[in-house]
Amino acid sequence: MINDEIMDYIGILAKLELSAEEKESTKKDMERMLAYFDKLNELDTTGIEPVSHITKVQNVFREDMVTKGDEHEKTLQNAPREKDNMFMVPKIFG
Amino acid sequence: MHKQYETVIGLEVHVELATKTKIFCGCSTEFGGAPNTHTCPVCTGMPGSLPVLNRKVVEYAIAVGLATNCNITQYCKFDRKNYFYPDNPQNYQISQLYLPICRNGHVDIETESGKKSVRIHEIHMEEDAGKMIHDEWEDCSLVDYNRSGVPLIEIVSEPDMRSAEEVIAYLEKLRMLIQYLGASDCKLNEGSMRADVNLSVREVGAKEYGTRTEMKNLNSFRSITHAIKAERERQIELLEAGQTVVQETRRWDENREESYTMRSKEDAQDYRYFPDPDLVPIYISDEWIEEIRKSQPEFREAKMVRYKEEFDIPEYDIGIITDSKHMADLFEETTAICKQPKKVSNWLMGETLRLLKEKSMDAEDIVFSPEHLAKLIGLVDAKAITGTVAKEVFEIMFEKDIDPESYVEEKGLKTVNDEGTLRKTIEEVIVDNPKSVEDYHNGKEKAIGFLVGQTMKAMKGQADVGLVNQILKELL
Repeated sequence: MINDEIMDYIGILAKLELSAEEKESTKKDMERMLAYFDKLNELDTTGIEPVSHITKVQNVFREDMVTKGDEHEKTLQNAPREKDNMFMVPKIFG
Repeated sequence: MHKQYETVIGLEVHVELATKTKIFCGCSTEFGGAPNTHTCPVCTGMPGSLPVLNRKVVEYAIAVGLATNCNITQYCKFDRKNYFYPDNPQNYQISQLYLPICRNGHVDIETESGKKSVRIHEIHMEEDAGKMIHDEWEDCSLVDYNRSGVPLIEIVSEPDMRSAEEVIAYLEKLRMLIQYLGASDCKLNEGSMRADVNLSVREVGAKEYGTRTEMKNLNSFRSITHAIKAERERQIELLEAGQTVVQETRRWDENREESYTMRSKEDAQDYRYFPDPDLVPIYISDEWIEEIRKSQPEFREAKMVRYKEEFDIPEYDIGIITDSKHMADLFEETTAICKQPKKVSNWLMGETLRLLKEKSMDAEDIVFSPEHLAKLIGLVDAKAITGTVAKEVFEIMFEKDIDPESYVEEKGLKTVNDEGTLRKTIEEVIVDNPKSVEDYHNGKEKAIGFLVGQTMKAMKGQADVGLVNQILKELL
């Protein structure tokens, strides 16, 4: 069951402020998701190793060589606001 | 004090690895570039970008693990640690929680209270975050992502240390091993080595640990020592007053010599780790481990023993020289060229240490090459330059690694041992200093020293002193 306390906690983690209506509808959505996992949990997985990757690929590496140049203009295109070639964000407790 | 307390300390040490590129992309890791010039879609967390692991990061991590007696986790993988903060553009940090690359190691330390072994719980690989600058004018923060994605290893110890001295000895030991491996320069003041101190206190004899706090922002051995003392006192005061220690992260302020709570309850700590689906698992074969084990350098302890057998230099000098891998390399390489360990050691222990101290530099920052130091020693041996001139040349060499032979040639610093030139100068000195000459004739032996000094001054220190003495006596 998703109660109000859990909703508030998730809100803090996700940095979201939800209105009372949004909270109610989100609560329902999340309960449906949990119900789906409950269904999966019905499977008996005793003795089965958890899988983190479904392909058999392993050891994909890069060699330690610089392949990228100065792309700061492209990078900064993604900044909502910028100053002195840096991303400008709301003041963070320093 | 009514009760006796024991301090229990464990360390989390972050070390920036000395790779040329970042952990998951081909951006340079060079320090000090203009803001955001070493960035790309991968290290700024753009949707759709794919990280690819830098092989060198795995190799450095294994090398450090072997040097600290860890077991290598032959099947390991990366996990995502989720949190929101502007210096973390993906909103998760790629790290290792479930299968860290190294586990169950230890390093041996020695302090005044004796020898002990500090156990290492694990070492994991992860990426660094960007750098935040707080803009006072606009009341905002600015982010530079050049450091985002720089490879780190985090070395987590067991709570085995009991004093600031043991903490410093442990850090010195780690720094030494890692510098010898060339895996990092480990500079606390530049942030390439960062230590977070987990500390709790308990009554002497107690079986259970007390509640611990984590202290951040410690960027010198000095602040680590201060912070440990202050946090121990703070916790004891709370306990004595019948209060409890709250498990929290605190930030050390070195100027005010006190710490304050960093995170409030509003910032719930719940990282919701899960395996990173973008990065495939790593399988480290026995052969790969063996290959790295074989290429491990000779560490300090072994070097000290060998130096004692091979070179006729004092134990104290051996201690200082092997304290830095760079200094030890310089010593060995220069000695290999000129075959004069004693003289090489004298240059390192004397002028080099003096200049390092004067310019507050680390031995790792020395720029002069072994070839040039060997040449300088050769010039002095051949009496081509005097000791005074050699020191002057060395200062320039220390600054910009010039070739002493061509420098001496260019600046005309060669010792004058041409009798004709010397005789002429000495004759002038004798004429100019009749008083000293008279003193000498009246039996004041010391007066000759003054005349030698005057001659050397006239020759700008470039005369063969033995020859000057000889000619002076003859002319007087």
